[in-house]
Amino acid sequence: MNSTRDIENLIDLMAKLPGLGPRSARRAVLHLIRKRALLLTPLADAMTTVATTARECLNCGNVGTSDICDICTEEKRANGELCVVEDVADLWAMERSGVFKGRYHVLGGTLSALDSIGPDDLGILRLIDRVASEEISEIILALNATIDGQTTAHYIADRLGDQVKMTSLAQGVPIGGELDYLDDGTISTAMRARKAL
Amino acid sequence: MDWRDQGILLSTRRHGESSAIIDVLTEHHGRHAGVVRGGASRKLAPVLQPGAQLDVAWRARLEDHIGAFTVEPLRSRSAQAMGGRMALAGLNAVVSLVMFSLPERDPVPLLYHKTTQLLDLLGQDDLWPLAYLRWEKNLLEVTGFALDLDRCAVTGGQDDLRYVSPKTGRAVSGAGAGEWAARLLPLPPILRGQGPGTDEDVLAALEVTGYFLQHKLAPAMGHRPVPDARHRFMTLVQHRHAANGKTQ
Repeated sequence: MNSTRDIENLIDLMAKLPGLGPRSARRAVLHLIRKRALLLTPLADAMTTVATTARECLNCGNVGTSDICDICTEEKRANGELCVVEDVADLWAMERSGVFKGRYHVLGGTLSALDSIGPDDLGILRLIDRVASEEISEIILALNATIDGQTTAHYIADRLGDQVKMTSLAQGVPIGGELDYLDDGTISTAMRARKAL
Repeated sequence: MDWRDQGILLSTRRHGESSAIIDVLTEHHGRHAGVVRGGASRKLAPVLQPGAQLDVAWRARLEDHIGAFTVEPLRSRSAQAMGGRMALAGLNAVVSLVMFSLPERDPVPLLYHKTTQLLDLLGQDDLWPLAYLRWEKNLLEVTGFALDLDRCAVTGGQDDLRYVSPKTGRAVSGAGAGEWAARLLPLPPILRGQGPGTDEDVLAALEVTGYFLQHKLAPAMGHRPVPDARHRFMTLVQHRHAANGKTQ
């Protein structure tokens, strides 16, 4: 069994990844071993590189390989708009859509009364510093449409609303959504936010 | 073991990749936790927001197991809560105080009904602070720290009730207080259901109920601090009161 200890160790580690369990991790590892040159070695190299270079952007909290991320260094994106998101996955989702051309600020979570997460535990103080030091004309609060997300949005609006224009994402019927399947909260929010055609 | 009940969702915590552990205030089974399989899924996550009214069925092999819930939404209160700061802050204050003060699996039907009524008023910001104050009085009552404000603890009279004893939570009249008046809490008339119930009145009364939450209930709950969400709600009411004062 000693001869397979390293492989078992790899399977155990892979099984801890999101979306994978012990069986799927075993299948993935077997696939990697079979495609050693094509997948395993490049993957190992890439993981080693990322493990040594990945870090949080000191400015916005995005994940990159330098102290200041590409978005923050790009001059074209300094258009005065700052989009506040909960975590890096949300930032990547916004980037995928390609509609936002400004800069970001990652909070690293939301305020939560029940989990005792307060403003000091999030990147809100850093956001306040950025508003004071950068030329920001609008803050777009792209936070989740959850109780905690909206509580955080209102808190930020209370702290910064008198210094800079604040907007938030609209809420309503999603693209491809069927009314019959929507919850009543979404329908009532969409009804309130209806627009003229 | 299994039962079915209606309840108000208090909190959701992610459990593993796709499940969630929810805490529900039910009518007949009190505050009760359980696992919801698939509770973190795209289908169920929007339903499992604090304040939601749910039909829940709980099942476990033994009674002291955490067990699993199957949930069906009855009505969501997310839209009302997210409609404004006051509603959001109020909802947060209510769910965090319930989580803070109620033991698990101890039925409190009175408080369940009062909480349902209060949450159904979400979005009606004019009424909410006063309704919240009444709810908080009920909360103190069911947790064993009821305020007895009908008659003076010293003289037994029902007139000139001006103070509340910080020790017993009983009303004290001006005559009964005597030289002890400085050591007593003021009794805002709104706590006895008198007066117009302005924001100023409600804030004064919330100071009194807050005293008992902090000095009586919190020590009984292992000296945990009273949830900050209550303070945030009071701050919003204070801001509204100050803004109204400026416009008049």
